[in-house]
Amino acid sequence: MDLSTRYMGLQLTNPLVASASPLNTDIGNVRRLEDAGAAAIVLPSLFEEQIAEEAARQEHLTSVVEESFAEALSYFPESAEYRVGPEQYLDLVARAGEAVDIPVIGSLNGTTSEGWISYARLIEEAGAKGLELNIYFIPADIAMSGREVEKRYIEIVKAVRATVKIPVAVKLSPYFSSIGHMAKAVEKAGANALVLFNRFYQPDLDLAMLKVLPDLKLSSPDEIRLPLLWLAVLSGRMKASLAATTGVATADEVLKYLLAGADVVMSTSALLRHGVGYMATLLSGLEAWLEVREFRSIDEVRGLMSQQRVENPQAFERANYIRILQGYETTHA
Amino acid sequence: MGTITTMDGNTAVAHVAYRVNEVCAIYPITPSSTMAELADQWTAEGVKNIWGNLPVVQEMQSEGGAAGAVHGSLQSGAMTTTFTASQGLLLMIPNMFKIAGELTASVFHVAARSVATSALSIFGEHSDVMATRASGFAMLASGSVQEAHDTALIAQAATLKARVPFVHFFDGFRTSHELNTFELLDDEDIRAMIDDDLVRAHRARALDPEHPFVRGTAHNPDTFFQTREAVNPYYTATPGIVLEAMERFEKIVGRRYRPFEYEGAADAERVLVLMGSGAETARETVKALAAEGEKVGVVTVRLYRPFSREYLLTALPESVAAIAVLDRTKEPGAPGEPLYLDVVAALAEAAARGERPFMPRVVGGRYGLSSKDFTPAMAKAVLDGLKRSDGSNAIGLQNGFTVGINDDVSHTSIAVDRGFSVEPNSVTRAVFYGLGADGTVGANKNSVKIIAEDAKRFAQGYFVYDSHKSGAQTVSHLRFGPEPIKAPYLIEQAGFVACHQFAFLARQDVLALAAPGGVFLLNSPYGPDEVFDHLPLSVQRQIIDKKLRFYVIDASKVARDVGLGVRTNTVLQTCFFAISGVLPREAAIDHIKQSIKKTYGRKGEAVVRKNFAAVDGTLARLAEVKVPSSATARTDRPPVVPEAAPDFVKRVTAPMLTGHGDEIPVSLVPADGTFPSGTSAFEKRNVSDIVPVWREDLCIQCGQCSFVCPHSVIRSRYYHEDALAGAPETFKSAPVNARGYPEARFTLQFYVEDCTGCALCIEACPAVSPREPGVKAINLADKASLVKSERKNIAFFEKLPVNDRARVDFANVRGVQFLEPLFEFSGACAGCGETPYVKLLSQLFGDRAMVANATGCSSIYGGNLPVTPWAKDREGRGPAWSNSLFEDNAEFGLGFRLAADKHLDLARSLLEKLAPDVGVKLTDDILFAPQIQESEIRAQRERVALLKTKLLKLDSEDARDLLSVVDHLVRRSIWIVGGDGWAYDIGYGGLDHVLASGRDVNILVLDTEVYSNTGGQSSKATPLGAVAKFAASGKRVNRKDLALQAIAYGNVYVAQVAMGANPQQTLDAFREAEAYPGTSIILAYSHCIAHGIDMRFGMRQQDLAVASGYWPLLRYNPAMRAIGENPFRLDSPRPTIPLKSYAYNEIRYSSLAATRPEEAADLLAQAQRAVAAKYLQYEDLAALDGSHFRQDAPAAGRT
Repeated sequence: MDLSTRYMGLQLTNPLVASASPLNTDIGNVRRLEDAGAAAIVLPSLFEEQIAEEAARQEHLTSVVEESFAEALSYFPESAEYRVGPEQYLDLVARAGEAVDIPVIGSLNGTTSEGWISYARLIEEAGAKGLELNIYFIPADIAMSGREVEKRYIEIVKAVRATVKIPVAVKLSPYFSSIGHMAKAVEKAGANALVLFNRFYQPDLDLAMLKVLPDLKLSSPDEIRLPLLWLAVLSGRMKASLAATTGVATADEVLKYLLAGADVVMSTSALLRHGVGYMATLLSGLEAWLEVREFRSIDEVRGLMSQQRVENPQAFERANYIRILQGYETTHA
Repeated sequence: MGTITTMDGNTAVAHVAYRVNEVCAIYPITPSSTMAELADQWTAEGVKNIWGNLPVVQEMQSEGGAAGAVHGSLQSGAMTTTFTASQGLLLMIPNMFKIAGELTASVFHVAARSVATSALSIFGEHSDVMATRASGFAMLASGSVQEAHDTALIAQAATLKARVPFVHFFDGFRTSHELNTFELLDDEDIRAMIDDDLVRAHRARALDPEHPFVRGTAHNPDTFFQTREAVNPYYTATPGIVLEAMERFEKIVGRRYRPFEYEGAADAERVLVLMGSGAETARETVKALAAEGEKVGVVTVRLYRPFSREYLLTALPESVAAIAVLDRTKEPGAPGEPLYLDVVAALAEAAARGERPFMPRVVGGRYGLSSKDFTPAMAKAVLDGLKRSDGSNAIGLQNGFTVGINDDVSHTSIAVDRGFSVEPNSVTRAVFYGLGADGTVGANKNSVKIIAEDAKRFAQGYFVYDSHKSGAQTVSHLRFGPEPIKAPYLIEQAGFVACHQFAFLARQDVLALAAPGGVFLLNSPYGPDEVFDHLPLSVQRQIIDKKLRFYVIDASKVARDVGLGVRTNTVLQTCFFAISGVLPREAAIDHIKQSIKKTYGRKGEAVVRKNFAAVDGTLARLAEVKVPSSATARTDRPPVVPEAAPDFVKRVTAPMLTGHGDEIPVSLVPADGTFPSGTSAFEKRNVSDIVPVWREDLCIQCGQCSFVCPHSVIRSRYYHEDALAGAPETFKSAPVNARGYPEARFTLQFYVEDCTGCALCIEACPAVSPREPGVKAINLADKASLVKSERKNIAFFEKLPVNDRARVDFANVRGVQFLEPLFEFSGACAGCGETPYVKLLSQLFGDRAMVANATGCSSIYGGNLPVTPWAKDREGRGPAWSNSLFEDNAEFGLGFRLAADKHLDLARSLLEKLAPDVGVKLTDDILFAPQIQESEIRAQRERVALLKTKLLKLDSEDARDLLSVVDHLVRRSIWIVGGDGWAYDIGYGGLDHVLASGRDVNILVLDTEVYSNTGGQSSKATPLGAVAKFAASGKRVNRKDLALQAIAYGNVYVAQVAMGANPQQTLDAFREAEAYPGTSIILAYSHCIAHGIDMRFGMRQQDLAVASGYWPLLRYNPAMRAIGENPFRLDSPRPTIPLKSYAYNEIRYSSLAATRPEEAADLLAQAQRAVAAKYLQYEDLAALDGSHFRQDAPAAGRT
């Protein structure tokens, strides 16, 4: 059976990709993921803001106590004033690239245009086969218009595209007025792939202590609906590859995404829950389903149920939503 | 020609010493630590010596240990050195006799520093090196950064040939810490000075089983004397060898040195003789005076031992009639100081032998002790003193004179014309007043480098720090000029004065050093149009009278706006270059930016960008102030201490606080080092702009905040509500929230002017508002608007009745808040992890405690003048505190106990004897009184007070004797306090001995796991995987388990505590330890700035240390064994978080993960395994029944 697929110009042995996760900072895990069948690995993001904050913290903690007291002009050996930069991340890119044969894709979350450009270049130089732009932007400034937000995305993609030669994927937010239009615009700006979708940090509140609780929950299978919808809509209409992410718990979700039109399917939560070896379970589940139905390649299933190819394309549109609601009433009222 | 560079003396010396040695045995001591740190750093970086190999650098447990290791290494044939100062050098003396006795080539590099007498001092003088005179080491002195650099090499070359070991010394701080532009020796030149045949000869003399011999035998009276005389030829030859080395150096490098050097008029009649940095000042002075035709000169002594009469005479013109020999040391009781005596002896012999036609008149004087400035004016005053007022060359000075102080007791001091200066006009002089935290010194060091390296001028930087660890003031003295700067003294007239903190203007005379027509730069929250009216009267007058050009900038705002917080350094550095004209403005900005890249590059692009933004944002906000023609202020600076302060505080403490300590006459300073307690209460430092504010409606009165407060600024009292009559409107109180206190009120009072704003209290406060997010019972607020009302509130609070110690519940944290802290307002770091323990000790036992304090952080914040934080209670009682040394503290404290026990025995026997006179019942009540609970102590105090009144009525020797020791009848609490450097390393032998003594002393180890006071060097308490100085690539072995070692004795009470994890357990441990009638030791986890943490979260780190199992809480109480129980109690649960979750919050761990990730991961894994194993070990101990523990070692306790 031919499970191979192409994603952002890279030839992959199958459509399963380990998406950005803390698991992937360990070279042992990176190797195990390859052994378990992952066709590519996206490294966790290099966060420009985090680097800046960590640098400021280090600088503050070490320098504010220096040169104050005659007996102790400093408190750390000079060599311990460590390089707070992207070095560690770049080292990870290089080491991961050397450790496995499958493509290793870097991921970047910038905050300044200089950061996007310089770090993208560094990640490419470190040996990444592709770069995913994790444009994690919450327009908390309510004076900012949707157009401005879109412009920001487009400018970043253009800037990075002009900087690196490796393929570039963009992890999109689902919160655009017109996802399709935005997807095309991003593609036009030079993206080789779109990843649907980024999950944004949504804090909880602590009622006892009246505090904001910053935590991130792992995704669950019922979250696949939104990306599924837009994969189905975009499938066949884009030159850029499409990646699905969010809510992959079993091979079922993998298949649904492929059927909707994804070129690759990414998983993090399931691997965090079950360990990196679970990639093999997903892969065998995928193969089993395909075998039972006698599909010979991924190409045969990809987009089989996209909006363009299903019998009733309206099923993916809002009118259908009204009907579902009506159906819900009929069934449950 | 070597490279022109700018370094401090320590770096310049270490640069050479490292290159010409194979082994460095090191131990930290100010001001020499930097040399050892650099050696360690260079080995970590792979820097090689001149033979192309990497020297071995080994930290030892003390200087005594370092000297032993040096001795061993030398005897094994390696080129070996060490770096030290002061007490450290004294600890080396026994080995120095051995090393010299065995004719072993080596150089010890010494940043000469005062030896502690009635007081410790970290500053420069020659008392330490003078104490080694008898050891047989040769002694070479240097007096500037260039000289120190060169002399380090000359000494090494000479020792190899002479086989006599050398001390190379230079003045601590003045030379060791002065930045100066000088010519660096090329490695090739260094190589050329070292004769490899001599190195091989050194190796050949080593112990070697291939051709064995014995060295280090013991002699009998028949031969020892002769062996001492057998070394004479070597000493006779040494001056010639040194001269030869100096001549070779001159040939290779071009700089000329001689064992004795003369400078001045060829026909000089009056001459100074001295060594060290003072000689440079004297030379510059003599040059100026001789140019005016004065017949004066100076002899610089470089080779002090062996003392060469011949070379002295060669240097000294025959015309000299009067000589003043200046010693930078004091030898009480001697007929003169050492150099003076040597010069007199040499000249006397020369005269007697007829080598000189007559014996010049020679006087000896003292100058510059403990880095007291020695200026050209002083040198001139001494030269002037060599002639009488009639101009004749008879000596007007008396022998044993002093210069630089006002000795109104023995009248040794001579008058000095302070207006005399020899500084050339071509030198730019600038003085900067800043805070340690604002980065002023760092920026100035940077400016020195920019000007020296980029602008190719000669530069000098010297930095004066006050003795506080929080809110410390720094004064930077910078000179720049076209010629090398030879001025090893503070600036007296500055063309540029910058005040980087507006608040300083109200405290001290910042413009005293401003030269007429100079520039004054002020960091001010007020703009150019309004700032003048906010200045104190005297500042306004000086600006007008001296015609200063006055500039302001709100540097704090610029820094805040670009995200640099309190770091105004870049902003004010930019201002300096913009106004001073030292460099063209554009070029200067360029240099600053390049330098920012260099300095901050590795700290990340973001930090660089912020500093760039600070530079760019500065010039637009810098403004010149239009100075009015007359002053507008009505008031001047307020008095530094209140009018009601004791006389001593007003006459002695206050001048020290305002930078006028140099003017205090001898008559006002205590002759024996005895200072009054509790003077810190008079120093309102106002370090922080933010302070805690109490929400009485939310407070649950738990006492957690005051428990953790490092500076004792949170005070609690409960009182009858009637006491509130007359309270200021803003005075806060709440009903006592415990049963049994009807009509009682509770007040939590913050001493806002003493608060450092560390916010430990905020983090400790458990009371959260149920309605207002983020609001607790204590919240931080801007101080400015609170000071006035809080002053009134504090005054009222202090009039409230002090809570009766006999009625306060000592058993819980809540109760402790009502005990007066007798350790308050110290200069410790904001958020210090040690002082909360020290304060607790003072609260619980302070009124009957004696404290022996090892040298280190706790002795510095506990006893470094100007003020003293150990205080007295309302009854006049309080901890009696003293610091002996670093290495002997356990023994020192044991001595307290021995005397107390002796005097208690004496008191008891006298009381028994006097029972018929004072009453049998009172006698029995006193002799058999239980004294564990505070109520029992209070009852005993009353009995003893009654006894005293009875004794006073008796006219007998016994009664008078008993009165002299009667206070011992109240149980004394002896505390031995120090850090881990003392307890684990240098003082461990003594500590172990005291643990084994069974005596009733309490040892408190403030364990920061590193030498905090000297800047973070590794100790045996430093944990596996942590980075520290001397462990730059991470500590490779586990920390010592001192708790288990003490437990092994069986009869020692041992506790391991961490207040931030379990304050109640800490309190229980302190009380149990003190009550235990034998030896007790408490190991107290103390978070520290040397861990690289945000100190606000220090207590949380303590909690995490315990939660991870890294720091298990435990108590081993031998008293439990008496009731058949297991004395070992594990007070903390099994680890609930991985070690990483605790450790990686700290730079000491996380930095290694960034620089060497794989090694860090490996070390972390090892450390995690060690934690697990240690916890299991403790758990096993805790699970045993009592029969597994010794019962056969009863404590030799109190009666």
